[in-house]
Amino acid sequence: MPVSAATARLSRRPVLSRVRLSLLALLLATPVLAADPAPRRVVSMNLCTDQLAMLLAAPGQLVSVSRLAADPRSSAMAQQARSYPQNHGQAEEIWQMRPDLVIAGSYTARATVTLLKRLGVPVLQVQPARSLSDVDKLLRQVGDALGRTAQADTLIADFDTRLAALRAEVRRRPRAAIYQANGYSSGDATLAGEILEAAGFDNVAGPGGGTFLPLEKLVMADPEVLITSVPYPGASRAEEILHHPVVRDIRARSHTTTVLDHDWICGTPHVLEAIAALAETRKALE
Amino acid sequence: MTRGLIPLLLLATLLLALLSLSTGPVALSPLQGLKALLLGGDGPLPVILRAIRLPRTLLAVMIGGSLGLSGAALQGYLRNPLAEPGVIGISGAAALGAVLAIQTGLAALFALALPLAALGGALIAVLVLLGMSGRRAGSLTLILSGIAISALTGAATSLVLNLSPNPFATSEIVFWMMGSLADRSMSHVWLAAPFMALGLILFLPVGRGLEALTLGEDAAASLGIALPALRLRIVLGTACMVGAGTAVAGSIGFVGLVVPHLLRPLVGARPGRLLWASMLGGAVMVLAADVAVRLILPDRDLKLGVLTALIGAPFFLHLVWATRRERA
Repeated sequence: MPVSAATARLSRRPVLSRVRLSLLALLLATPVLAADPAPRRVVSMNLCTDQLAMLLAAPGQLVSVSRLAADPRSSAMAQQARSYPQNHGQAEEIWQMRPDLVIAGSYTARATVTLLKRLGVPVLQVQPARSLSDVDKLLRQVGDALGRTAQADTLIADFDTRLAALRAEVRRRPRAAIYQANGYSSGDATLAGEILEAAGFDNVAGPGGGTFLPLEKLVMADPEVLITSVPYPGASRAEEILHHPVVRDIRARSHTTTVLDHDWICGTPHVLEAIAALAETRKALE
Repeated sequence: MTRGLIPLLLLATLLLALLSLSTGPVALSPLQGLKALLLGGDGPLPVILRAIRLPRTLLAVMIGGSLGLSGAALQGYLRNPLAEPGVIGISGAAALGAVLAIQTGLAALFALALPLAALGGALIAVLVLLGMSGRRAGSLTLILSGIAISALTGAATSLVLNLSPNPFATSEIVFWMMGSLADRSMSHVWLAAPFMALGLILFLPVGRGLEALTLGEDAAASLGIALPALRLRIVLGTACMVGAGTAVAGSIGFVGLVVPHLLRPLVGARPGRLLWASMLGGAVMVLAADVAVRLILPDRDLKLGVLTALIGAPFFLHLVWATRRERA
């Protein structure tokens, strides 16, 4: 299934159907609406909530997204994000946008969130995704908060269908490792780990969450595929490890150009693109 | 004791190097390690030994040796037991040079730019220090100048790393201040080796000069010691050795302080002999510290400078106390 086309369909849904869906949402959410009308000026200040909000919001409902959302290195929806005013996660600028809902990550910009709450701005704090099943939960959570339950239902159904289609039969599970700056790797119990698993790979980092994988352990595990992060501009010692002769050798042997890019970072339906790309890599190994 | 000291230190260096080759996240016996290192063979073990542990061990020996040697030379020349490359800001200035070379992209352009820039930073620091404190350095002037240079270069290093577009750069301030040998490769060894060799050559004949200098400058001059030449050798030698080491492993403090201090009584307080004993002693100390950081926190990169400072800073206080008592 051409994932990019599907995503384009998701994000460039015709205005007419958006309107129809929002009307539907209005109808469905009426009992709640009486007490708690859908927010009209929503500001998102976290890369991942930015993308969820852009996927879910009604036209004109989302007022601003964070600066990172327009950075193609981190954001899978950088193009769309450019049509929104950017914020830098600072309480003052967000307050000036007069939002009736602010969506933030649960671990970032705590001071700003506390200040906004004290100023009486409703803030929704969203946990980062740790698994593929979290994608559904996040769509539901943000969709409900935006009063866009029907849109969330559509996206969830679509995500589940496409994910099921991608989880094909696998004859052999090649060993793969995620290796980022500082030798940081992701175990099975992470979003990146589940992306690997769904694409038909065995993760050499083993069960567990994010972990530092010493170079020696990486050599011992001898992964067939090494997925490294895209280097940032400027130089750093943290990323220098990706140029260590040992890492270069493994990478040269692994015949893949797959990198850990913007599709891997957030729990949105865009993870399907990461899975699809990785599944292609696996097929090439067969 | 005096006669057996050098062989004893050599033996300790050798044993600790073996221990260093056998220490790591992948459990190996020293015998297995040696076999994989020397004979090679199939599988991942030779790669681990030759590409990961060997450069780390070699760098520990080289950097420890340079720090011990330059510490002993500086102390002999300035006739001041508090002189040490890390404490008086030479390592900090070298780190600033290295950071500038990396962040301006110069180091990516040609590899030697990294050690050269660090060497330049170290050289400027040594010249400023000697200029500030004169030939017979009073402790106060030397240490105060050192504090100023450390503060200035530390701040400039932080500034450069904070300005970097790379989000990881800021967290590397710790590396440059505290030093680490984790995940270095043979290319780092080759980068540092020529400059350290040059430093070693420069230091070779300074022993006689330093010994003569204990009698005072006039007496040394009358013994045929050319003081400007001695000074030049020590300035350049220190810059080469500290610069090259800092460029690949960050600043590792207090080695050049603790080692000469511990070994001085064992060589009959003769600065010439102290040079070579301190070189081996420095290798022993850095090797031991580098094995210890891997044993204390195997999965994380505990910085070497943390350990050397934990041992060295109390020594430093003790020395300050001792010099104060002498003056009183």
